[in-house]
Amino acid sequence: MRLRLVKRQTAYDFFDKWKLWLGLSALLVVLSIASTVTQGLNFGIDFKGGTTIRAESSTPIDVAAYRQTIEPLALGDVSIAEVFDPSFREDQHVVQIRIQAQDGQEAVASDVVLQLETILRSIAPDIRFPSVESVGPKVSGELIKSAVLAVVIAIAVVLIYIWLRFEWQFALGAVGALVHDVILTIGIFSALQIKFDLAIIAALLTIVGYSLNDTVVVFDRVRENLRRYKKKDLSEVLNLSINETLSRTVMTSVTTLLALISLFVLGGDVIRGFVFAMIWGVVVGTYSSVFVASSTLLRLGVKRDWSKPSNTDGNQFANIDA
Amino acid sequence: MLHIEGWKRVVIWATCALGLLFALPNGFYRQVESYNDAQEAGHEPTGWPSFLPSGLVNLGLDLRGGAHLLGEVKLAEVYTTRLEGFWPEVRNVLRNERATIGAIRQQEGGAGELVVRIGNPEQMDRAIEVVQTLARPVASLTGGMTDDIVVTALGDNLIVTLSEAEKLATDDRTMAQSLEIIRRRVDEAGTREPTIQRQGNDRILIQVPGLGSAQELKDLIGVPALLTFQTVVGQTSNPNGAAGVGNELVPSANNEELYYILSRSPVVTGEELTDAQPSFDQNGRPAVNFRFNTSGARKFGQYTSDHIGDPFAIVLDNEVISAPVIESAITGGSGIITGSFDVAESTRLATLLRAGSLPASLEFLEERTVGPELGQDSIDAGKIACLVGFAAVLIFMFLSYGTFGLFANIALLINVVLMFGLLSMIGATLTLPGIAGIVLTIGMAVDANVLVFERIREELKTAKGPARAIELGYEKALSAIVDANITTFLTAAILFIMGAGPVKGFAVTLGLGIITSVFTAIFVTRTMVVIWFERRKPKTLEV
Repeated sequence: MRLRLVKRQTAYDFFDKWKLWLGLSALLVVLSIASTVTQGLNFGIDFKGGTTIRAESSTPIDVAAYRQTIEPLALGDVSIAEVFDPSFREDQHVVQIRIQAQDGQEAVASDVVLQLETILRSIAPDIRFPSVESVGPKVSGELIKSAVLAVVIAIAVVLIYIWLRFEWQFALGAVGALVHDVILTIGIFSALQIKFDLAIIAALLTIVGYSLNDTVVVFDRVRENLRRYKKKDLSEVLNLSINETLSRTVMTSVTTLLALISLFVLGGDVIRGFVFAMIWGVVVGTYSSVFVASSTLLRLGVKRDWSKPSNTDGNQFANIDA
Repeated sequence: MLHIEGWKRVVIWATCALGLLFALPNGFYRQVESYNDAQEAGHEPTGWPSFLPSGLVNLGLDLRGGAHLLGEVKLAEVYTTRLEGFWPEVRNVLRNERATIGAIRQQEGGAGELVVRIGNPEQMDRAIEVVQTLARPVASLTGGMTDDIVVTALGDNLIVTLSEAEKLATDDRTMAQSLEIIRRRVDEAGTREPTIQRQGNDRILIQVPGLGSAQELKDLIGVPALLTFQTVVGQTSNPNGAAGVGNELVPSANNEELYYILSRSPVVTGEELTDAQPSFDQNGRPAVNFRFNTSGARKFGQYTSDHIGDPFAIVLDNEVISAPVIESAITGGSGIITGSFDVAESTRLATLLRAGSLPASLEFLEERTVGPELGQDSIDAGKIACLVGFAAVLIFMFLSYGTFGLFANIALLINVVLMFGLLSMIGATLTLPGIAGIVLTIGMAVDANVLVFERIREELKTAKGPARAIELGYEKALSAIVDANITTFLTAAILFIMGAGPVKGFAVTLGLGIITSVFTAIFVTRTMVVIWFERRKPKTLEV
C-alpha cells in the first residue's frame, strides 16, 4: 500500500476559474505592494545601518525597564524585542536591541556599544552579549543596491535561459510567476513586519530558483504534450500537463516543506525569518507555477509547429541534453 | 534494455566512496582539527591516520564565533603625505629660479595638494616648467608612460597634485602595505586562521574566529602606530599657539594641558625599528624596549651625542608619549619607551611596533561579533533540524514509493555525504544560512528522483513491461531534471557572485547540493534500480 497524496489519475480543470485565480493573485500582488509602500519593510541593520545587540540574561527581562535605562543615552530610534525559542533553556532570556545608525558616524560607534553594555549590566549583572553587529550607512546602502541587482539579474538570467530552451511565451509565463512570488514574499514581510535583512535576499533568490524549478517541470511537460497532441486545444494540453505533473509537484513541495518546517521549528531563532521566507516561497511558488505561469502562457498562446524531436538512442546516459 | 556498463558502475561507486572518504574527517571534527593544528605548527601530528584526507568544512564566524571587521583605507591620506615629502625638492628647484620667479612660500592646501605661492606671478609658466622637471614617469592607464605629478596654476599659486596614474599606483601600494601590516599584527596576536582580504578598491575584510569581540580586533589594527623621535623646540599650554616654520604642535598623551612644539622632521622613525618587546623600567613600571636597525642606530647615536641635556620627544600617532631629557649618548641602538602604560598597553604597543605602521588610517564600516556559545547553539539547533527533517523526508519517501523510495533514500544519504565531501575538498565555509541550504537541498534533492519515479508510474500504464517503463521513465524525465536544475543552479551562481558573507555560504551549499543531487538521482539511484532489476527480474512493477 502506497501513500498517495494525489490520486493515480487526475483530471482537474485548472482553467475553468482562471479569472478567479489570476484575480486573486493580482489582488495579493496589489495588497503586497500597498503594504510595502504604506508601512514599508522592517529593514535590518544590513540595509539600514545601525547596531544590533543580542543580550542574554538568566533573570527574566523587563523590556520596559530596559527601555527606561537606555533612554537617557539618547540614541535615537531604539527597538527592544524579546526573543523566544523552544530550544532555550529555562533560565535563558534573550533580548534583541537595535539602535539606529548614529548621525554623522560612518563607522560604528564602539563607545555607544560600550556605554550601552555598561548601563545594561547595572540592571542585570549577569547579562552577556553573545552577538554585537554594527553596519555603517555606507555599506548598508551598497548592500541594498547589490541585493536589488542580484534579484533583478537572477530574474533576467532565467528569463533568457527559458527563452532559449523554450519559447518567449514560456519565458514570460515563468517570469510572471517569479515576479509574483517575489512581490508576495516581500509583501508578507511588510505586512507582518518581519525583519528584512541580507539573508532574506538569499531566501528570495532561492524562491526564485524553486518557483522556477516547478514552473520548468510543468512547462517541460507542456512542450512534450504540444508535440504529441498537435490537434488539442492549448488549454487542454496545459490542463493535461499540469495534471500529469501534479503528483510530482505535490511530492516535491511536501518533502521540501518537511525539511523546512523542521528547520523552522528546531533550527533556532537566528534563522527563523529566513526559513519562514522560504516556506512561504515554496507554498506561493507551487501555487504560482500552476496558476500564474500556466494561465499567462494560455493568455499569450504559443506556436504549435514543434518540430519532431530526434529519436535519442545510445546508452542510458547519452541523452543528458534532452 | 536496462543496462549499465561495468566500468560506469565502478566509476559511480568509486565517486561515492571518494565522497565518503573526503567527508569522513568531519565526523571526527575536533580530532582532525587538532591534528591539522599540530601539522601547521610543525609538530608531529597525532590522532588521525595520515593516509586519510584531513580537509574539514570550515565553520563560518556565525557558527564558530569570532570577530568580523570591514575597514576602509583612507587612501587619499597617502597623497597628502607623498606631496608633503615632495616639498623640499620643489622648494629647492624653485629657489634656484628665485631671480625670475621671486620669493616662494608654501600655502595651506587642500587634501592631496601642494600649494606654493609664487612671488612673481608673471613668471608662473617658468615656475611650472621647473617643477615639471621633477616629474618621474609612471605607467599610465592606457599602457603608455605619463608623469607622476600634475602641475597647475591658480592665481599666483602653483599647485602640485598626483596624476591619476600615480594615484592608482599609490593606491595599490597602500593597499598591499596595509594588508601586509594588518596580517602581521593579527598574526603577532596569535589568533588562528584569520581571513584578511582586500575587497574592492579600498576595503579590507578581516575575520578572526574565536576572538572575543570586534573591539579587541579594532584595538589591534585600528591605529596607525606611527612612531617618531623628534626634537623638542618648546612647550606651551596654548593648543592654538604658533609653532613656527618647520615645526608642529603636538599634544601630550598624559597631560591634557601640555603641548609640545616639535621640529617637523623626525630624527628617526618606527620604520627603522627591528624589534620591540614589552618590559619594565627601573622603577618597575611597564615600558617597551626597542632596538634600531644599523642606520637607525647610527642616526640615533649621532643625535643623542650631539644633544646631551636636551629633551626629545617620542611621538606615537601624533601624541607625545614621553619627552625625556637625553642624559648620555645612546649608541648601542636600543632604548626604552616609558609612559603611563599598563601591562596590556605596553604589550600591545610592542606588538604594533614590531608589525610596523599602517600607511593610512582605517575607518570601520562594519563590525560583527558573535560569541562562541551562540555559534554552538546554532550548530546544535541546525544539527537537530537536519536530522529531523532528514528522517521525515526518508519516511515520507519510503511510504510513497516503497522499494524505489528506499533507493532514493540511500541516494539521499549519499547525496549529503558527497556534499560534505565536496565542501571539505574545496575548503568551503559553512555558515548558518549554509545549514539552511543543506536542509533545503535535502528537501529538493529527492525532486529528481520523484520526477523519474512519477514518470515510471506513467510509463507503466502504457509501456511494454517494467524494464521498458524504467528506461523510458529515466529517458523522458531527464529534460525536466536538467532544465529545472540548471535554472536553480543559475540563481545559486548569481547569489555566489553578488552575495556577501553568510549569503555566499548559502549559495555554495545550494550550488553543490544541486550538482550532487543530480548526480545521485541520475546515476546512483539508477544504478541501484538496475542492479535490483537484474537480480529480481520482476514481472510486474509497483512504484
